[in-house]
Amino acid sequence: MVKDHDLKKYSPEFLKKLLKDMIQIRRFEEKSAQMYGLQKIGGFCHLYIGQEAVAVGAINSLDLAKDHVVTAYRDHGHILACGSSPDAVMAELYGKATGCSKGKGGSMHLFDVEKHFWGGNGIVGAHIPIATGIALKIKYLEEKGVVLCFFGDGAIHQGAFHESLNLAKIWNLPVIYICENNQYGMGTFYHRVSSVKDFAVMGSAYNIPGKTIDGMDVLEVYEEVSSAARLAREGNPVFLEIKTYRYKGHSMSDPAKYRTKEELEDYKRQDPILILKSMLEQAELITEEEYKQMDAEAKEMSARSVKFAEESPEPTINQLYEDIYA
Amino acid sequence: MPIITYREALRHAMDEEMARDGKVILLGEEVAQYQGAYKVSQGLWEKYGSKRVIDTPITEEGFTGAAIGAAMAGLRPIVEWMTFNFSLQAIDQVINNAAKYRYMSGGQIKTPIVFRGPNGPAEYLASQHSQALQSFYAHCPGLVVLAPATPYDAKGLLKSAIRDDNPVVFLEGEMMYAWKGEVPEEEYLVPIGKADIKRPGKDVSLIVHSKPLKAAQDAAAELAKAGIDAEIVDLRSLRPLDEKAIYDSVKKTGRCVVIDESWPVASIGSWVAWLVSKNCFDYLDAPVELVSSEDVPMPYNHRLELAVQPSAPKIIEAVKKVMYLG
Repeated sequence: MVKDHDLKKYSPEFLKKLLKDMIQIRRFEEKSAQMYGLQKIGGFCHLYIGQEAVAVGAINSLDLAKDHVVTAYRDHGHILACGSSPDAVMAELYGKATGCSKGKGGSMHLFDVEKHFWGGNGIVGAHIPIATGIALKIKYLEEKGVVLCFFGDGAIHQGAFHESLNLAKIWNLPVIYICENNQYGMGTFYHRVSSVKDFAVMGSAYNIPGKTIDGMDVLEVYEEVSSAARLAREGNPVFLEIKTYRYKGHSMSDPAKYRTKEELEDYKRQDPILILKSMLEQAELITEEEYKQMDAEAKEMSARSVKFAEESPEPTINQLYEDIYA
Repeated sequence: MPIITYREALRHAMDEEMARDGKVILLGEEVAQYQGAYKVSQGLWEKYGSKRVIDTPITEEGFTGAAIGAAMAGLRPIVEWMTFNFSLQAIDQVINNAAKYRYMSGGQIKTPIVFRGPNGPAEYLASQHSQALQSFYAHCPGLVVLAPATPYDAKGLLKSAIRDDNPVVFLEGEMMYAWKGEVPEEEYLVPIGKADIKRPGKDVSLIVHSKPLKAAQDAAAELAKAGIDAEIVDLRSLRPLDEKAIYDSVKKTGRCVVIDESWPVASIGSWVAWLVSKNCFDYLDAPVELVSSEDVPMPYNHRLELAVQPSAPKIIEAVKKVMYLG
């Protein structure tokens, strides 16, 4: 289960940050599920539990002063990994005026543009051209940044994906397309709807290198996205398939009856948080006590975000008419 | 004052704005080396180079979405759709992304972009290439929709559109590209959201936009011979709509014919007719008439396609109805 990583390459602080980021997302999502159950959160709510290593490993390889992140509707983990305020995110799930999108976006439309997090998009694949365009701007203005564009295995057959890869290659854009393959497009196992089982080959039609990565191993994700970013910054777009697994249903209303309990349990044994934790324990970089402390802080952070959301005001009716035109 | 074509007016607008602002780029199919499918962009590639005048593959969703992403990130793209018929390939990007990002991000994002190209019936093009789609776009909050009918308005409005911080849908017309008109050499802007009285009159208001302006002018000339003094209100801007100019005219004349080359159901024409009926009720001496295209797909046969569209005789007939003549 535990990969052979040379942990000496990293500072202990960095490794602990990866662990902490993942735990915070996990606890935040558990809280979101709980509050959804209490009907504090409505509509579509897609949880990131199980997939934490993808956003955390990938986004930690970036410098968000110049780099950018775009993702789809399963976006809670990504915005938190970008360092946005959990309070503002939970308030957004509550639809409150203090939410990161002033209560107008909700779960699928979280934004923090100051941190270069561009959402959040509820139409499958529709943000892939958007990410491509942000990369076009970087290229046009001769900046140094790179764009990470996350999407699921359900989006990969959309024309938007294929059109974007072609544009990125002919225009030499600094963009990394990351397919978070959690293996189910809503309730459909990807083998049933894909002409290829190995998505990594899909970049080759556009002369873009592709690679499959273990998305349960945060260090592998970090390393691979870091090297992809080095390529992309030079104007060579990259496509990565990061294999992962979501523990919950597609959304809160999905009981996930299309897969077996055994399959779920099997993946839970490869839990990204447990993998990193045991690596750090074996290397004596973290004690059980420290881990418990980290986990307690994450729970506290989530509870605090709920309190913030609960106490925040609703948007006023007049705010209906704001933010339509610049 | 120099007399130039509608096509040249558009080109001059883009040229001046590209010279003024280095963040303005033009992209679309055949805009660069081919000089534009309708020669609107002729000469711009030689002047501004491939970095700013960009030929795209025939992938409307991809390049429209990429341009939206680039606009969100800081550029000011002009997207040329070869025709609005093909914009339907990209309409998800326009409706779900360009028109929505500002709102669903709680005002964090602005999208300064222009989508332009020929809209409306042309000749001998049949159903898929000859349709007026303004209602599709004007329906959607978050978009600005402009429809100039003269070279003067085309230039002044396109310059305003390029400088606007909102997504602007800019409707031209294949049949209008060769139309000529006076355009001053010195710089000017036409404000967005202002209708223009193309012919003052006291007996009946003809509310029109885009290509049917010419039919309205022909009708007005014919009506004048019969002693009927028609006022022509050219909307120019469909969203925002200059309601005041419409009401001022109808309150003066007491009679109203709305002309729109779209289909009649849920169109700008039917919307304006309803607004006038509701808001000028006490001033109206007759029910509002709507001269639209026939509610049929466009046929290829020339006699039939002319019969589909608004024409001077149809407008005259409608005027006679609201004046209870014959």
